[in-house]
Amino acid sequence: MAEPRVMDIKDQPGFRSIAVICLLVLYIPVLILMIFSLNSGSLVTHWEGVTLNWYGSALLNEEFHSAAKNTLIISVTATIVSTICATLAAIGMTRVKPWRGLAAAFMVINLPLMVPEIITAVATLSFFALIAGTFGLNFGIGNLILAHTVFCIPFAYMPIRARLEDMDLTLEYAAADLYATPWNAFKRITLPLLVPGIMSGAALAFIVSFDDFTITQLVAGPGQTTLPLYIWNQIRRPMTPEINAISTILLLVSILFVSVSFLIARRRAK
Amino acid sequence: MPEQPGKNAIEVRGVRKVFGTGENQVAALDTVSVSIRENEFFTLLGPSGCGKTTLLRLIAGFDFPTAGEILLHGQDIAPLPPYKRPVNTVFQSYALFPHMTVAQNIGFGLEMLGKPKAEIEARVAQMLKLVKMEALKARRTSQISGGQQQRVALARALAPQPKVLLLDEPLSALDYKLRKEMQIELKRLQNETGITFIFVTHDQEEALTMSDRIAVMSAGKILQVGTPRDIYDRPAERFVADFIGETNFLPGTVVSKQAGVATVKFASSATISAGYPEGFNPTGEVTLVVRPEHADLVPDPAKGTITGTLSNIVYFGTDTHYHVKLDGGGENFIVRHQNSRSRAVTYETGAKVGIQFEEDAARVLKD
Repeated sequence: MAEPRVMDIKDQPGFRSIAVICLLVLYIPVLILMIFSLNSGSLVTHWEGVTLNWYGSALLNEEFHSAAKNTLIISVTATIVSTICATLAAIGMTRVKPWRGLAAAFMVINLPLMVPEIITAVATLSFFALIAGTFGLNFGIGNLILAHTVFCIPFAYMPIRARLEDMDLTLEYAAADLYATPWNAFKRITLPLLVPGIMSGAALAFIVSFDDFTITQLVAGPGQTTLPLYIWNQIRRPMTPEINAISTILLLVSILFVSVSFLIARRRAK
Repeated sequence: MPEQPGKNAIEVRGVRKVFGTGENQVAALDTVSVSIRENEFFTLLGPSGCGKTTLLRLIAGFDFPTAGEILLHGQDIAPLPPYKRPVNTVFQSYALFPHMTVAQNIGFGLEMLGKPKAEIEARVAQMLKLVKMEALKARRTSQISGGQQQRVALARALAPQPKVLLLDEPLSALDYKLRKEMQIELKRLQNETGITFIFVTHDQEEALTMSDRIAVMSAGKILQVGTPRDIYDRPAERFVADFIGETNFLPGTVVSKQAGVATVKFASSATISAGYPEGFNPTGEVTLVVRPEHADLVPDPAKGTITGTLSNIVYFGTDTHYHVKLDGGGENFIVRHQNSRSRAVTYETGAKVGIQFEEDAARVLKD
């Protein structure tokens, strides 16, 4: 009888209990937050009964509307621009002959993932202040869009690059062999096969932009409140379950996006 | 008919291909020249790393030669990108487009050539019929078996009616039985389409059974080009003799030669006539090559050209191999007998035996 040589982690003592504890620590606070969004009382710590009123008041809240609108404008624009940049960068770094500085370019693209966000935030703020001071230029909400686009690029870049590296290069040779010009080969073979990577890249970029707090907080000007900033402002006042309702809506939007991109990726991979 | 005249589909002239730079330079192809005729099933045969796939990639246009010319019907195609060459490839991994159906895959080349839709449809239907895949034309390529993928890859490469079809070890991923079937299928397709096939393989049996002519390659060079019979019966070099089939090597000394036949003396002072490759002038110490089935055992050592002791007898069902330790020393000599009911003599290990040679059994090798 051949013993399985690979250690099965599930056989290790304590594996199950540790796993369960980790999941509980991760999800119980979120669960409590969601449950209290249905609280009929006006405290987020004392349960009184079930109601959907807080969702109603959240949806009628003008400030929430304006914050949601700002968030969508910034996130959608930043997602589109950063995904296009990331796609071009990934193609330029996987489908060309190795060039000097390839490793450096890779570092530069991924650096925002490693630099502490507060430093990026301060740097971005100083940069826009400098532009405003020197040239008298202020792009309004464009400042936020620019800042978000920049820090979204590495998030969009990673899944796209991974997909390109996994792709069988022989397919592109086969297309060229069958009379496809480089542009046609890209359009008909590489791009369609890259779509799942682009979709997950875009979804990641959207989520990262959607819930960014640190950079947005520093760069945002008056009237540029996004949803995370709005929530932050609300919890500094006496909190009502309305904030739980808004947070839950945000959470559901995020889950929706992640699930959709996951499903698309899985269906395409088949 | 080794030198039958015919028009050349592909002429490779003095092609070199060097990979890497400086100290890491590797010559994958070292000044190779070969002509491949129209309507020929031509095989590039050699071990992995011999340069056969590099040569195929140069003809396809995926790589460009460091030096030399590649002519297609007399026109130099070496500088052209792959999409401008009327040459198609069947890849080892098939490289079918996973996001397209079988029919879309087959039609892709024609579509890229800008053919009208009706023509593409007609041609795809014809190709589906040719490779017997009509029933599966709407399937995704991931939903069909390996053998079926192989057929689709063939149909896709044949659909644009290329001047030359390149096949890069296309059968290596198939199991034995399917491989045998596809060998016959490939020969049929080549006969029916009349397209020149250039087939790359490391499988000598595949090369011998399918090819009109074979080029044996080693270390970036073409060692010998000829019909399967030429290559098998008249190998020019030790590598060719050794790579294809089982072989005996015997040392000897040339005593005289005349009209392409040398008289070679063994250590035992017995002599044998042996042909030698054209343009080669054998002198002094040489190596002879003898195929195991071109020699015979005799029970009386005095009647053998060379003598020895039977050291091993290996039974293979269809035939039996006798390993003979030669009296002069050196490698064991193998004699193959086809097993038939009429063979009267049986041999025992340890018996003294003589070995006789059929006429033309021995050849002088170049090295």
